[in-house]
Order: sequence, then C-alpha cells, then structure tokens
Amino acid sequence: MMTHEVELKALMLASRDGDAASHRALLNQLSSRLRAYYKGKLARVGRSAEEAEDLVQEAVLAIHFKRHTYDPAEPLTPWVHAIARYKLIDFLRRNRASFADVPIEEADEIMAYDDNVDAESTYDVKRLMERLPKNMRCSIEAVKLDGLSIVEAAERCGISESGVKVNIHRGLKALAALIAKETRT
Amino acid sequence: MRTDDLVAALSANIEPVNGRPVGRTVYIALAAATVVALGIMLVGLGVRADLMTARALIFLLLKLAFTVGIVGVASVYLTRLARPGGERRTSSISAAMPFAAIVLLAAISLGLAPSSHWNKMVMGDEWLECLLSIPIIAIVPFAVIIAAVRRAAPTNLVRTGAVAGLIAGGVSAMAYALHCTDDSLPFVAVWYGGTIVLCTLAGAALGPRLLRW
Repeated sequence: MMTHEVELKALMLASRDGDAASHRALLNQLSSRLRAYYKGKLARVGRSAEEAEDLVQEAVLAIHFKRHTYDPAEPLTPWVHAIARYKLIDFLRRNRASFADVPIEEADEIMAYDDNVDAESTYDVKRLMERLPKNMRCSIEAVKLDGLSIVEAAERCGISESGVKVNIHRGLKALAALIAKETRT
Repeated sequence: MRTDDLVAALSANIEPVNGRPVGRTVYIALAAATVVALGIMLVGLGVRADLMTARALIFLLLKLAFTVGIVGVASVYLTRLARPGGERRTSSISAAMPFAAIVLLAAISLGLAPSSHWNKMVMGDEWLECLLSIPIIAIVPFAVIIAAVRRAAPTNLVRTGAVAGLIAGGVSAMAYALHCTDDSLPFVAVWYGGTIVLCTLAGAALGPRLLRW
C-alpha cells in the first residue's frame, strides 16, 4: 500500500511540473485501479462493465482537469479516492440507483486492486468531436490523435502555435463537458 | 472510446500546473465579495448618520466581531471543502461558535433588563429592513464565492454550498452593520443571526445544483 502511495505521488508531482510521461503513467496506473474499483461497485448494483468504463473515464478526466486542487503537502490516495467516490455517487444518483448501498470504505481500498482488462466505454469520441469548432477539432486531432508536434499542427490547421495550444486546452474542456452532458441525458 | 486512448490524448503536450492554489482563489473571492457587499450597502442604504458617537461605535464593533468571526471560520472551512475529500477535515462546531456566543450575550442582556423592554430590544425599529437587506445584499457575494469554488472540486456539495451561503450572509451582515441603527444584543442575535442562518440554508439547498462537476 505504501509503495503505491509513494510511487503514485512521485508521478503526480512530476506531472504537475509538466512531465508528460509521468502524467501518462499516473493516469494509466490510476485508471486500472479505478476500473477494479468501479467494476466491483457497479456489479453489486447490477450495472454493466461498459458503464464502469464510462465512470473510469469520467474519473480520469476529473483527475486530469482538477489536478490543480491536489495539495502536494497531502497524501495522494485520499484525494483520488474522494474524486472516485464523488463520481460514483454522482453516477448512481443520475441513474436513480440506490446509493445507500455504497459502503463508506477505507480510503486505500481504491488502491488495493488492479484491473487491466481493456474495455471500451460507451462514448463515441469521434462523433462528439464533430460538435467542436473547426480549429479545436483540427488541433486536437493533429496533436492528440495523430501525434504531430505543435509546429506541425499549426501548419496543418493554418493557425499560430499558441493558437494550437489554446485550442487543445479549450477543446479538451469542451469535450469533457460534452461527455458529461451525454451521461446526464 | 478506449481508456488508453483517452489517457494518451490527455497526456500529450501537458503544461505545468500553474493555476492559482485553491486557497488563494477562495480568499480573492472573499475580498471581492466584501467589496461588492460594501458597495451595495453604500449605494442602496448609506452609512448610519450617528456613526461617530461612542455608543454607535461600540455596537458597530460588536456586530463586526460577530460577523467577522463567522466569515473567518467559514472561509478556512471553504478552502478545505473546495478540494476533493476536504469535508473529512471540517466540523460544524467551530462554525457555530460565533452564534453560540451572541445568543449567550443576548440572553445575559435580556436577563439584566426589565421584561417590559424585551419587546423593543428584540424587535428594534428596523427588523423588517434587516430581515430583507442581509439576504438581498448577500446574493452577489454568494455568486462570486460559488464562481470561485466551481474552479476547484468540492466533493460534498451540500456542505460546501452551506458554507458558501454562510460566508455570503456574514459578509452581507458585516456591510449592513454600518447602516443599521438598532443597537441591542438580542436584536443582533435574532435578526443578524437568523438571516445568516437563512443564507446558509439557501446555500445548502442550491449547492448540489450550482457546484456539480
């Protein structure tokens, strides 16, 4: 348990300094733990693995976009757990399931199990992308999906380099909002 | 969408976290809320005419001690509640302390006065103005504080909304104290305390709707 905390916190601190590899490693490790957590919880209320994967992705998005709310002076595990539990209760409330069944568990339960079985969520990100403005879509596709550099993306989309960065930032936020809206309906 | 793809997309070209720490955002909002409340009071009501008399100053300081006490404790709570899991580190007891103190002082002051004065001491001259002014002045400060908390990530929305309402009510009562000419402890306990509690309840009711993320 301690090693998880120490290792994950080190990744988080590096990711806060802008280290992309650490950020990716952090989100990967957390997503497999979140998967085990949500599958276990949702199985108990009769929900599918796809829905668990939706929740994993919502939690990963939340961890990404709310990482400024993590206080480096505090341990990471309770912070991740609070987000995971918040998203679970939000999901159950949205789906009118009983959330009285969700026990208040130990904060480190979320770090207890890994689940690396790859699953698809129900979000069709390509379809959601079509609803984004042209520059946002182009910037995200170029950099995030096709792996181009910022310079190459700026050339492809016909906008400045800082424009690409701003469009990626805003576009990902807009995409997260679309996913959240999708799950609410 | 595969989760691996999502993680890969989120990790490409990330920037260092340079957003303001949550605490600072909350305190900036608090300062803005105070300025807004003072502005509304100055424009809408005006400062009491007898402000410079000794009796008025003593009661002004007392009202300010009560409201600043509330706002101080509640702001510290809000900086905790705004972070995921922060609700584990707050308890409602110290937030209730200023209320307990003013109720105790009010009871002592009533006990020392003849019962024929009680009605006047509790109702004052302007209880209706106080009852309406504090919640109305609190609206914009409440919006300012909610906007700041929305940038963070509270995980107990009812309690966070309640504390936001408590701060807004406290800031509003702080500004209203500069106008209010009812100088008696029971009046402050009932009408200041009561309206701030109302703001807190309104915040608790609105929290889940306004703060969801």
